[in-house]
Amino acid sequence: MMISNGIEDEEKWLAEGIAGIQHNAFYLHRALDSNNLREALKYSAQLLSELRTSRLSPHKYYELYMRAFDELRRLEIFFKEEDRHGCPVIDLYELVQHAGNILPRLYLLCTVGSVYIKSKEAPAKDILRDLVEMCRAVQHPVRGLFLRSYLAQVSRDKLPDIGSEYEGEGDTVMDAVEFVLQNFTEMNKLWVRMQHQGPHSEKEKLEKERNELRDLVGKNLHVLSQIEGIDLEMYRDTVLPSVLEQIVNCKDELAQYYLMDCIIQVFPDEYHLQTLETLLSACPQLQPTVDLKTVLSQLMERLSNYASLNPELLPEFLQVEAFSKLSNAIGKVMEAQVDMPVVGAISLYVSLLTFTLRVHPDRLDYVDQVLGACVKILSGKPKLEDSKATKQVVALLSAPLDKYDDIVTALTLSNYPRVMDHLDAGTNKVMAMVIIRSIMKNKSWVSTSDKVEVLFELIKGLIQDLEGISTDELDEEDFNEEQNSVACLMHMLHNDDPEEMLKIICTVWKHVKSGGPKRLPFTVPSLVFSALKLVRRLQGQDGDVGGEEVPATPKKIFQLLNQIIETLSVVPAPELALRLYLQCAEAANDCDLEPVAYDFFTQAFVLYEEEVADSKAQVTAIHLIIGTLQRVNVFGVENRDTLTHKATGYSAKLLKKPDQCRAVYACSHLFWVDDQDGIKDGERVLLCLKRSLRIANAAQQMTNVTRGSSGPVTLFVEILNKYLYFFEKGNPQITASVIQGLIELIKTEMQSDNAVVNPVSDAFFTSTLRYIQFQKEKGGAMGEKYDSIKLGG
Amino acid sequence: MNFIVGAFKPACHISVAFSDGKNRKQIPIKKDNGQATTVPLFHSQDNITGTIIVEPVSGKKVEHNGIKVELLGQIEMYFNKGNFYDFTSLVRELDVPGEIYERKTFQFEFSTVEMPYETYNGVNVRLRYVLKVTISRGYGGSITHFQDFVVWNYTPPPSINNSIKMEVGIEDCLHIEFEYNKSKYHLKDVIIGKIYFLLVRIKIKNMDLEIRRRESTGSGSNTHVETETLAKFELMDGAPVRGESIPIRLFLSPYELTPTCRNINNKFSVKYYLNLVLVDEEDRRYFKQQEITIYRIGETS
Repeated sequence: MMISNGIEDEEKWLAEGIAGIQHNAFYLHRALDSNNLREALKYSAQLLSELRTSRLSPHKYYELYMRAFDELRRLEIFFKEEDRHGCPVIDLYELVQHAGNILPRLYLLCTVGSVYIKSKEAPAKDILRDLVEMCRAVQHPVRGLFLRSYLAQVSRDKLPDIGSEYEGEGDTVMDAVEFVLQNFTEMNKLWVRMQHQGPHSEKEKLEKERNELRDLVGKNLHVLSQIEGIDLEMYRDTVLPSVLEQIVNCKDELAQYYLMDCIIQVFPDEYHLQTLETLLSACPQLQPTVDLKTVLSQLMERLSNYASLNPELLPEFLQVEAFSKLSNAIGKVMEAQVDMPVVGAISLYVSLLTFTLRVHPDRLDYVDQVLGACVKILSGKPKLEDSKATKQVVALLSAPLDKYDDIVTALTLSNYPRVMDHLDAGTNKVMAMVIIRSIMKNKSWVSTSDKVEVLFELIKGLIQDLEGISTDELDEEDFNEEQNSVACLMHMLHNDDPEEMLKIICTVWKHVKSGGPKRLPFTVPSLVFSALKLVRRLQGQDGDVGGEEVPATPKKIFQLLNQIIETLSVVPAPELALRLYLQCAEAANDCDLEPVAYDFFTQAFVLYEEEVADSKAQVTAIHLIIGTLQRVNVFGVENRDTLTHKATGYSAKLLKKPDQCRAVYACSHLFWVDDQDGIKDGERVLLCLKRSLRIANAAQQMTNVTRGSSGPVTLFVEILNKYLYFFEKGNPQITASVIQGLIELIKTEMQSDNAVVNPVSDAFFTSTLRYIQFQKEKGGAMGEKYDSIKLGG
Repeated sequence: MNFIVGAFKPACHISVAFSDGKNRKQIPIKKDNGQATTVPLFHSQDNITGTIIVEPVSGKKVEHNGIKVELLGQIEMYFNKGNFYDFTSLVRELDVPGEIYERKTFQFEFSTVEMPYETYNGVNVRLRYVLKVTISRGYGGSITHFQDFVVWNYTPPPSINNSIKMEVGIEDCLHIEFEYNKSKYHLKDVIIGKIYFLLVRIKIKNMDLEIRRRESTGSGSNTHVETETLAKFELMDGAPVRGESIPIRLFLSPYELTPTCRNINNKFSVKYYLNLVLVDEEDRRYFKQQEITIYRIGETS
């Protein structure tokens, strides 16, 4: 015995059914051609008997139905032409009811009924009522649904609608409506019943099959929506209540969801707006598992589209209190569906929020109300774990940002931070990033310390360690990006009033300082520069700011800066701190605050001494110090001496000889500032250069000893360039002969046996010589100066 | 002409013609030999008049002891074939004994004949009306000729015609209430009604309404009962749920029904029943039978 699978069997049965239809259709056509009514009825009944099968799935049954449907169309045409069969339509109406089987009988009855209405020999409503009533006889869900959908199909264009030829003489729109409503109700009952017929194990399959049939039911609502005569009043008083009653009473999840959606989709928005209360009041009565959030979201989306396309209708929205009705309805739905997951609830509020933002953008109180409702949902629950739910919350919180392009608006919403409190740390950070990005994108300045306070409260997930999350677990890249964003954000905090600006800085500092060693290196520089910017501004309006009471003085700010930079020691980030100290020192210099500048230098040196241990870092640091010190001119001789002395001292103590050499010749600039009233101490310049030359020599010897070959002459060439610089600047200590000597020295070095050919240093030297040659040939004062330098052959 | 038959043909040919035969409704019947023909329709109290023609075959003379015509109302039981019971018997003498040489026409008349019963053709019994012409002969046997006719009797619509309404069920299993709009229907009537499902715990597959005819013949221990299902009319397809009500609309005209007859001459009765049958998915049948009365009304227009 072969056990064929169900699908093959079904194919076979369908093929059999189709063959049956074709066979009878052949005889039917013959009967029609010979105008033989009796035969036509006989074969059409037999043909329709194929639809009595119970073996096909709805999908296959539909195929069979469509074939029968085509044949019925022909039959209908035949019925219409009385001279062909000689039977008055009223007799025909009886005749077809002689059929012994109910299903063929009713298909035929509907077909004749359609002709009967068209003949106008009886009131349309009577025939329609009779048909819809007689169809009760088919209680099999699938067969009943198809029969009734056939009825709906053939009667569609014959409803006594306003303006239709079937209206009048007692036939009113109301009759059309009642007919469609009744057919709809019966179809829905059949459809719902499908679920309960059949073994429990096939529940899923049944559900799938039912889903395939849903449009048959929904079609009725579509027909209703097409009836012109249904005005708002009739919709409100008759159509909607009846439809909703059926939806509520059927107690079926699938049907309720689908039909609610249908209502929303097929009827005009204007009607929805005016019947919002009725429509919404049905929602809490639906099964607790119905996906109401999608339904309501659809509704709100439609309404908000409607509002945005027709701005002139806004007063109507206000008049019907659309917002409060929706808001209440959502509240009631929550009460009814206690098991609704948080994600569902939140997404409902996201929709409501979207609605509000689109329809009532000016009503911040609405927005806050929505957020407040969310707080209520979230409160008493543990922090959100469900990623979908958190996504929804993020959407919820992002919506106002997108809408208002301005974080400032969001900052006035009292419930905004309260919602954020319910996010888990990760999402909180995501949200904080969203906020920051919004600010950056829209270039919205945050201009008061109060707002800054709120803002930093919102983004505190980025600013501080939150409970439960250890910084070790974080992805470093993400972390860096976050902190960079925070750093960027600081530049968006601005107020033209220095006093307020200082307040802002203080507020930020208050939040930032507890950020811990990982965050401070990101946040501190940004804050420092922000403060320095303020310093520069104050310095610019120096004279205008009078009186001692002014709190925002550079002095004060420098004090604060000192504190700020100091915190880097916990990181520790000595190099960064050092740079910042130098920046401050320079700013203090510009403000003419010698002691302050001195103090910053001191701090920098202390750091150098105590914290900067790495030799490479030392090189960088010392160069920075030298560079800064060179620019600073606020110091008196004594202070200056101390600092330059320190700098040169440290330069000579660097570990590597080449580093020593370079640092030392850099120090030469400390004694020669090429300004009008800059220091010009030629002797000490020369001292520095000589010293560096010595170091270069020592370095050369060292390589000779350790490697057996002398190192490149790069260092000498660099020193030569320094010589040339000071020579040109007119340092009297630097003479042509000294330069001449140095050139010779380099040449000798290059020609020594141990010399290693180094193209880089060679090229460097060659171009230096070419420069000299160029200067010589240029003539004028400079040419004269160079004249005495002989380059030789 | 059929010569072989002709050879055994009686000596004369007899034919009967009703005087208003042309104007009467012709009813199709089946003759004893199975051939279909039509015969005129009469009603009780009608005058039955006409002419009888006796025509000797090709010039032969027919000698006879008298010619008569009888109007007979007969009941014939099939299990007792050939044994007729005449409940009506009227005689008219047509001719005194003598000889017939040529075609001879006789007039006959039975006035206001009482014919209380309708012609009926059942399974085990039939009731028929017939004109029997007898040419009595002493030698060679009598010559007889039969002419059937049909009698229908119209009944006025009953003054009381209650609906049939009933609640039936199987405990905890099926409970229905059904209603037929009348208890008495005429032959072209429509049965209107509905079935209301009060409780459904079985999986019903479909529901039919049957019209059954119950013919009982004989009496006492000799009673034969024959039941035929004349109509099987599907009322419902599929399984209803509680609260559903299913409409009934059954046109009687397509079915070959006769009026109900009760105890015709103590010989037979014909009764009709509506049988409501529910079939479940295991093909178990649940049914409830209700007698209805069928009567004939005069044809209007």
